[in-house]
Amino acid sequence: MSEVLTVNNLKLYYFTRKGVVKALDDVSFSLKEGETLGLVGESGCGKTTLGMGLLRMPSPPGKIVDGEIIIDNENIIHLKENELRKRIRWNKISMIFQGAMNSLTPVYNIKKQMLETLLNHREMEEEQALEIIKKYINYVGLSEDVLKRYPHELSGGMKQRVVIATALFLEPKIVIADEPTTALDVVVQAQIINLLKKLKHDLNLSFIFITHDLATEAEVADRIMVMYAGKIAEIGTNDQIYGKQGPSHPYTKGLLGATPKLREKVEELAFIPGTPPDLLNPPTGCRFHERCPVAFDKCILNEPPLKEIEPEHFVACWRCYDE
Amino acid sequence: MMNDEIILSVKNIKKWFPLRRSITEVFKGKKRWVKAVDGVTFNIKKGEIFALIGESGCGKTTTGRLIMKIEELTSGQIIFKGTDTSTLSSSTEIKKYREEVQMVFQDPYASMNPRFRVRDVLYEPLIIHKKTKDSREMEKIARRALEEVKLTPPEEFLDRFPHMLSGGQRQRVATARTLVLSPNLIIADEPVSMIDLSTRAEILHMMKEVQENLNLTYLYITHDLSTARYFCDRIAVMYLGRIVELGTSDEIIENPLHPYTKALIAAVPEPIAGKENIIKDIPIKGEIPSAANIPKGCRFHNRCIYSKPLCYENVDDPELVEDSNGHYVACYRYKEINQEVQNI
Repeated sequence: MSEVLTVNNLKLYYFTRKGVVKALDDVSFSLKEGETLGLVGESGCGKTTLGMGLLRMPSPPGKIVDGEIIIDNENIIHLKENELRKRIRWNKISMIFQGAMNSLTPVYNIKKQMLETLLNHREMEEEQALEIIKKYINYVGLSEDVLKRYPHELSGGMKQRVVIATALFLEPKIVIADEPTTALDVVVQAQIINLLKKLKHDLNLSFIFITHDLATEAEVADRIMVMYAGKIAEIGTNDQIYGKQGPSHPYTKGLLGATPKLREKVEELAFIPGTPPDLLNPPTGCRFHERCPVAFDKCILNEPPLKEIEPEHFVACWRCYDE
Repeated sequence: MMNDEIILSVKNIKKWFPLRRSITEVFKGKKRWVKAVDGVTFNIKKGEIFALIGESGCGKTTTGRLIMKIEELTSGQIIFKGTDTSTLSSSTEIKKYREEVQMVFQDPYASMNPRFRVRDVLYEPLIIHKKTKDSREMEKIARRALEEVKLTPPEEFLDRFPHMLSGGQRQRVATARTLVLSPNLIIADEPVSMIDLSTRAEILHMMKEVQENLNLTYLYITHDLSTARYFCDRIAVMYLGRIVELGTSDEIIENPLHPYTKALIAAVPEPIAGKENIIKDIPIKGEIPSAANIPKGCRFHNRCIYSKPLCYENVDDPELVEDSNGHYVACYRYKEINQEVQNI
């Protein structure tokens, strides 16, 4: 499989009044064609920052300091804003924002807001645009009379479907879905997950699926990338993370232990003591060492690099490789 | 520990909110209602953790608020330790009642005054309920509550403001705030849904410990089956203002009888390998209807994949009946459905 997106040494810092927050510090990974890469971590670990960074629209006062984002063999780091808008955003890479279903304009009906987006990006007749919109509304499992309705007339699941259709109708190859199921009820959540799986298959999309829920990720992702305090802790295939052997990084182990399993009787749920570090003053060495049950001297002094310990399985932990 | 003494008994309670009417409806004398809670009955035993589970809009939070007497009942009875709560009318009586029944709210970022120090947060209930005026006494109670929720040493936390605390720590303070009045029953409305996964288990663990130490009873309101199974003794599943199934946690998860419970369980993803296998077909149709427009007959029939005309023609809602020891279900066809499922 070829790679549709490669990120090399991406650094994105927030320049706040209190100091520089290194929200993404030297992040490198790639996304293959047709795969779903799951991105997990606690709140504040940089998941959403990474998503926004890939579109090159970090929320202020964030700035991309260094690194490469290569989409279709083109590094978009130095592209001009209007280039980005014309060719890259929503045409090659699009995003389903967190809570986007609540950002639909209450005063426009669905048709008007979808038309506005489409006509802004493509020069075409309104009729032609409407055809495209209808096609995608059907793709996401809605009927066409939704177009006449206003957001308050739709349920959460329906609004989320509208948002998904809007993210897709310019035919991007890469879609970043930021917590697309978090605010939804379990049944609706399952329906949306199934829809995203179907769309990925039918339209040959590559997904970056951001969530804090390891259980959802097990269901949708081919590979999992775990972030902690602005750094990648572990990348592995679904089998490597959730299989018998289990994950390698102590943080991933802790998260997985803290995820309740419905179909298994658990007497005692594990948890990770402490809280994530303040990124204004990240700890020395491994950023996880203060909460890590197996930390030793080296972890406090030196930062562990992300290393491949078996094919496709990358870990940043001194306990997982000898050196 | 749990015994069979019943601490809270909820009998066929209803809460109907009136809807705004059109002018013709006013003249015709028609009234329309949102039936948020529509005939809910359950008992909570002393020392148990009882869960109310359901999708948003099913009436679980309204039920909690009715028990707290934040909302007035439309009809029915709530009996706490032998006293009908609707007979409590004066504010002193209600205050007295709320000393014994306390609530932990969902959002720890919104439920605390940002200008209050932890000390003030914990003193406030003591002042309102006129427990003591002696500041040394208050500090003693506050320290004990903080120790109970494992915010130790207490002196480190007493003078902090909420913004200096993490989400998990705030929820601990919120729990400590309920404890200063030494309540018997705590209503916890989604206490961990806004807390990070890594600390969620820690908070539940703490709540369980507090419950065992002080012999408390919890009503745990949530949408999350997985934490309920781990945390609770019994689970009641709500759908559109009614309980459709009630039983011990293990019974509900391992041997669900109602088609709605089956669908809820089928929709929960599991953190194990072998992707794309757990949630394939969810055995349910459509989305939850509005509580202003409840289907006739069994209110679940239009989403149920097993429904037959007998479920909605000329019938009312099915009553909650006991299937086996302590396992109740409200479905006309649950026996046949389970037979059908087994045959396939």
